[in-house]
Amino acid sequence: MKDNHSRFEICRRELLAGAAYFALGVSRSSATVIFDHLPWTPNAGDPPTAATPGPWLFFAGDEGKTVEALADRIIPPDPETPGGKESGSAVFIDRQLAGPYGRQDGLYVRPPFLKGAKNQGHQSEKGPAQEYREGLAALDKACKDQLGGKAFFELSDADKDRVLNGLESGDFKLDGVDGRAFFEQVVKDVQMGFFADPIYGGNRDMVAWKMIGYPGARYNYLDWVSRHNEKFPLPPVSMTGRAEWTTRTQR
Amino acid sequence: MARRLPKKDVVIVGFGWTGSIMANELTDEGLEVIAIERGPWRDAPTDFPPTYMQDELRYRIRHELFLRPDQLTFTFRNKMDQTALPIRSWGAFMPPNGVGGGGVHWNAEMWRFLPSDFVVKTHLTERYGASFLPEDMTIQDWGITYDELEPFYDRFEYLCGTSGTAGNLRGQIMEGGNPFEGPRSRPYPTPAQAQPFSHTLFGKAARELGYKPFPQPSGNLSQAYTNPLGLKMGPCTYCGFCEWFGCSNYSKASPQTTILPYLVRKPNFTARDNSEVIKINVDKSGKRATGVTFVDTSGEVWEQPADLVILSAYTMFNVQLLLHSQIGRPYDPVANTGTVGRNYTHQTVSTVNGFFDPKKFNFNPFIASGSIGMCIDEFNGDNFDHGSHGFVGGGYMGQVQTGARPIESALVPPDTPKWGAAWKTAVKENYLSTVKPGTGVHGSFYAYRDIYLDLDPTYKDRFGRPLMRITMDLKENEIKQNKFLTDKFAEIIKAMGADKLAVQYRTGPYDITTYQTTHLNGGAVMGSDPTTSVINRYLQSWDVPNLFVLGASAFPQNPGYNPTLTVGALAFWAAAAIRNKYLKSPGRLVDA
Repeated sequence: MKDNHSRFEICRRELLAGAAYFALGVSRSSATVIFDHLPWTPNAGDPPTAATPGPWLFFAGDEGKTVEALADRIIPPDPETPGGKESGSAVFIDRQLAGPYGRQDGLYVRPPFLKGAKNQGHQSEKGPAQEYREGLAALDKACKDQLGGKAFFELSDADKDRVLNGLESGDFKLDGVDGRAFFEQVVKDVQMGFFADPIYGGNRDMVAWKMIGYPGARYNYLDWVSRHNEKFPLPPVSMTGRAEWTTRTQR
Repeated sequence: MARRLPKKDVVIVGFGWTGSIMANELTDEGLEVIAIERGPWRDAPTDFPPTYMQDELRYRIRHELFLRPDQLTFTFRNKMDQTALPIRSWGAFMPPNGVGGGGVHWNAEMWRFLPSDFVVKTHLTERYGASFLPEDMTIQDWGITYDELEPFYDRFEYLCGTSGTAGNLRGQIMEGGNPFEGPRSRPYPTPAQAQPFSHTLFGKAARELGYKPFPQPSGNLSQAYTNPLGLKMGPCTYCGFCEWFGCSNYSKASPQTTILPYLVRKPNFTARDNSEVIKINVDKSGKRATGVTFVDTSGEVWEQPADLVILSAYTMFNVQLLLHSQIGRPYDPVANTGTVGRNYTHQTVSTVNGFFDPKKFNFNPFIASGSIGMCIDEFNGDNFDHGSHGFVGGGYMGQVQTGARPIESALVPPDTPKWGAAWKTAVKENYLSTVKPGTGVHGSFYAYRDIYLDLDPTYKDRFGRPLMRITMDLKENEIKQNKFLTDKFAEIIKAMGADKLAVQYRTGPYDITTYQTTHLNGGAVMGSDPTTSVINRYLQSWDVPNLFVLGASAFPQNPGYNPTLTVGALAFWAAAAIRNKYLKSPGRLVDA
């Protein structure tokens, strides 16, 4: 028992390193002693960080064009609703990959990295940012090698769809990258950007919410809970309101 | 060296539901109490105000209110001969973090367990014979009865303002409630919540099939309520942001809305946030806890001495702290010795999504609360004869859809392409007319000899301590149970008028990557025999009598209901034992 016990004694250096890491990673992270009253201060909120407009933050070279092309085949434009490109899914993915998500912030990334069963979850040291970088490069190369020297974004829509169907079925292989898994990730992220609040760069002007009839960031349906099988009449709002409200305040 | 703080009467480890309940009870006794919480303080105006709380990406997808795996995670494998690998990002369950714990982000489903659940081993053996149970199943009685716990169920329900329809009032079966529930001494404090369209449609279909549907008991309130501590809650606005989210409207029962504003004003109470307890200290005899050691976010190490230690963290962290503190004997499934880590369980859930004709049905599925829903209980516990089915256990089922946040709820019927123009058209057509019950089938998960928790030989946490290892799989009994229940559930969804069903059975092997529930249980179970339990019927450690371990880690196996009402009731029960028995004569409350 005694020997066992020493295994759990904590080295102060490790402890400090561990604690300091979290001081950076979590908001309101300094330890406090609370007594007598609730530790509440006005205007102490932690609102979301809006995606900044402007050039790509993560994508380099033709990566942005490729992801826009992917987004527009995964969610093609139609006369009523823009596609993945125009609605901003590539912007959403770029901002996510440039931020904490792309870097795997807060995830457990300690070694060893062993190959496990699929139901044991992601076991690679690579985070989403690196996987996108490698996946996009491999897609570019495979297209150029097999489709007359053209990059994915240069292909016709029919050829793009043939490539994507091939990735999905596993018939179109990428060099050094699991093409099917990469495509699944891209589909998930493009659709996530389409349905997330516009503050994150996708779903521009709430086009996806208008398309499906989702009223957005409202929080009171008391008058509507018992009105059954009636269409909810109000248009969507996002966390930043609606475009016309914003325009008015800017004038 | 740890800095030593002045001694307190009581130190509470983890400041969620059970820690808050215990702190309030023991400060009423005049004791000096300190609660230590690993995560930050949280409150509605700061952390989830109505101006930006409705953010599916931030709170659900990116796990804003939850523990970060790099701070602490677990390793996982299905079977004992496999190598466990770390859970690098959360999937099957979502450990809470911060003041309020799981009480911040929960759905607030307020279920009592059945009377037979507490004596399940005895009950099933008497009805079906011992040979009816699988050989490796290790279920056991709780050491407490429903009747003993009933007053404490009542207290927690009234603390929370619970909205519901009684089904069994002092033995009398009441129309519109759950006829299978145990007798309750009082009606619910507030009437059941209003039900949106698809939920009432489920109730109607179930009734026509001969079942007795009833509204799910809810900790999201149907009307304003002032609780016994004088705290006021507002009526739920059905915003559809409960699960994964904090309530901005003071409508969801949580420590923040029902206890903390009252507790924190007491002069004999203190809390410390952003401070992680890393060890329960014991004296040389190993039979007396002397307090705890914790580290704050600046890396400072502190020792908090106390006469009484209350371990009230989440299930997994309770068990892990016992293992790291070397309190109790670790469970060895091969030798079948030891208790810490034994009888670890989850929940067997599944669902059926229904796709309805968009021209006839508009469900406005975004209108909901976390514990909205119409349910039936005919197939829970031993409410039906299992003799011909070849399995034990069961669960409730219902249309319990908690909202339709679009990243996860923009569904398409089976056989629709997953992307492209056909996908886009199908999403557009189906969003308002799809029924997505979430955990529509909510089944029991019984305990087995080779499903357990211990320390991992390879992977370490940020302090260099071994991670805890989960060995967990789905057994034939639970797979059969789920098939039976899911088929019954699909019949009801079909009878509601669905054109297409997406039936999703729970099958093996157990998958750590897809969310099931955060109802993890066991590992430090209660019981009447110290060779098969870590704590006695009062949640007192058999080995260290001035240590009590609260929470679902006490469940010897998991019945087919959400755990929190029982978790809260057991905390009140343990608090009563401390106040009425332990403080008068500190020591073991039950002879081993």
